[in-house]
Amino acid sequence: MKAALLIARRELGSYLRTMSGYIIAAAVLLVDGILWNAFALGAQQDKHSAEVLSDFFYFSSGTTMIAAVFLSMRLVAEERQTGTLVLLTSSPVRDREIILGKFFSAFAFLAMVTLATAFMPALIMVNGKLSIGQVAAGYLGLLLLGSAALAIGTLGSALARSQVLAAIISGSMLVGLIVVWLLAAVSERPLNDVFLALALWGRHFPPFQAGVINLRDVAYYLLVTYFALFAATRVMEARRWQ
Amino acid sequence: MIEVRELTKYFGGRAAIRELNFDIRPGEAVGFVGLNGAGKTTALKILGCVLLPSSGQVRVDGVEVTAEPHEVRRKIGFLPDVPPLYDEMTVGAYLAFAARLRGVTGRDTPVRVQESEDKLALRDMHDEIIGTLSYGYRQRVGVAQALVHRPRLLILDEPTAGLDPVQIVEMRNLIRRLRGEHTVLISSHFLAEISQTCDRLLVIQAGEIVAQGTEEELAAALGTAGEIEVALRGPAATALDVARQVPGVLDAQIAHSAAHEVVLKIRAREDCRPEIARALVLAGHQLLRLDRGASRLESIFIELAQRERLS
Repeated sequence: MKAALLIARRELGSYLRTMSGYIIAAAVLLVDGILWNAFALGAQQDKHSAEVLSDFFYFSSGTTMIAAVFLSMRLVAEERQTGTLVLLTSSPVRDREIILGKFFSAFAFLAMVTLATAFMPALIMVNGKLSIGQVAAGYLGLLLLGSAALAIGTLGSALARSQVLAAIISGSMLVGLIVVWLLAAVSERPLNDVFLALALWGRHFPPFQAGVINLRDVAYYLLVTYFALFAATRVMEARRWQ
Repeated sequence: MIEVRELTKYFGGRAAIRELNFDIRPGEAVGFVGLNGAGKTTALKILGCVLLPSSGQVRVDGVEVTAEPHEVRRKIGFLPDVPPLYDEMTVGAYLAFAARLRGVTGRDTPVRVQESEDKLALRDMHDEIIGTLSYGYRQRVGVAQALVHRPRLLILDEPTAGLDPVQIVEMRNLIRRLRGEHTVLISSHFLAEISQTCDRLLVIQAGEIVAQGTEEELAAALGTAGEIEVALRGPAATALDVARQVPGVLDAQIAHSAAHEVVLKIRAREDCRPEIARALVLAGHQLLRLDRGASRLESIFIELAQRERLS
């Protein structure tokens, strides 16, 4: 675990020392800001504060997932491309520590960027009432969704030989997991229940938007994170045979 | 220090290395010589615990690589063919990170970083960003990261590739200094480099070790021990006759003939330079230069490559 934290600290430093981290942070804040003005505040009819907040978390979930793909695509694939991965793989560090360290750093950065959007919900207080519970639930949902998306991205990055390929693989896996609920509409029980339960967004995120925290949804995102990181570790281990 | 038995590595259906067997004693400097694609890097990556073998055994300091890779990695410093450098870090921060990864404690890290910077003459570069360094300095930082945790075994894959002549001499001196303190395994395309820095050579060809030993042992085994080049002033034909009459000389040819200098290439059973020198001087020739063939290791290598091709 010490090695994982060491790797995470170096990676986090790398986000802050290079342009890529600032570009991703700026892009997320810009897109969230535009969507906030266009949809949450700029609607024709009057809205309740809770609806404005729900809209905010709705579009923020999209930008969080996209940011997660961009943040995670470099984690392993870039190091493999530049040859720096050998420093880690030739050191007495377990593959799971490498994966965890990289995931922790990306998650910490994503969390910082996500929490930096907090001024938008805070603006609701100018003309409305803000439910702290809904804000807390919404941000918890964003962080859990971001964690799952980052873990899937880490798996994509471990599988790919280049960053572009990593982004394509991760994006495909994410889109696949998001649209899996469509299969529920064309299948019968109990299969449609399985598809609904597997869907990354459709069933599990909307409750957070509304300020509801279900243990089922929290467990789902944590399990997706765990399995994706477990698979990424296995990929790293398998690479030592290739 | 290293025992390799029947080491084989397949990539798909192709064997990159096949049944390698060799030993390396503690404190020894051994050179891995081979053409591109011969399997040098694959073998070094397995010894560096980056890759796992398909079959066979590798023991480093008595520890089996596949059974306890963690333990082996603590004993190893590995410089791959491309130095694994994070361009955005400073030299000092990078070396400290490498040291901590290899299990050096936080308290000992500054001392170890300073020690490796001193060995590689990097002290002035401590606060420099790696991305701004020249190629030679980057290579030095690569070697420094391999040394920073005081490993018992140092594996250097092409440490002099891309360096200028001055940097090559510096790197060669450094490797000489490291001998004894560490067991050193080097691969290089620069055959002269290997011959000047290593105690012993392992020649790898198409994934197999085709010869091993000191340069003298390899030359004797291949019959290239007595390749001699002579530059002299005087009539070429007479010089050729004199050289051919020296006991032990198998053949002599005129390699180059001009008014001011004649160059003879002589093949002998053994190194008989003193006898040749004496005979030519007694015959009235002015001796300008007398040496072994331009690169003995080169001729050993070419000979081995040709034998491999024929077989």
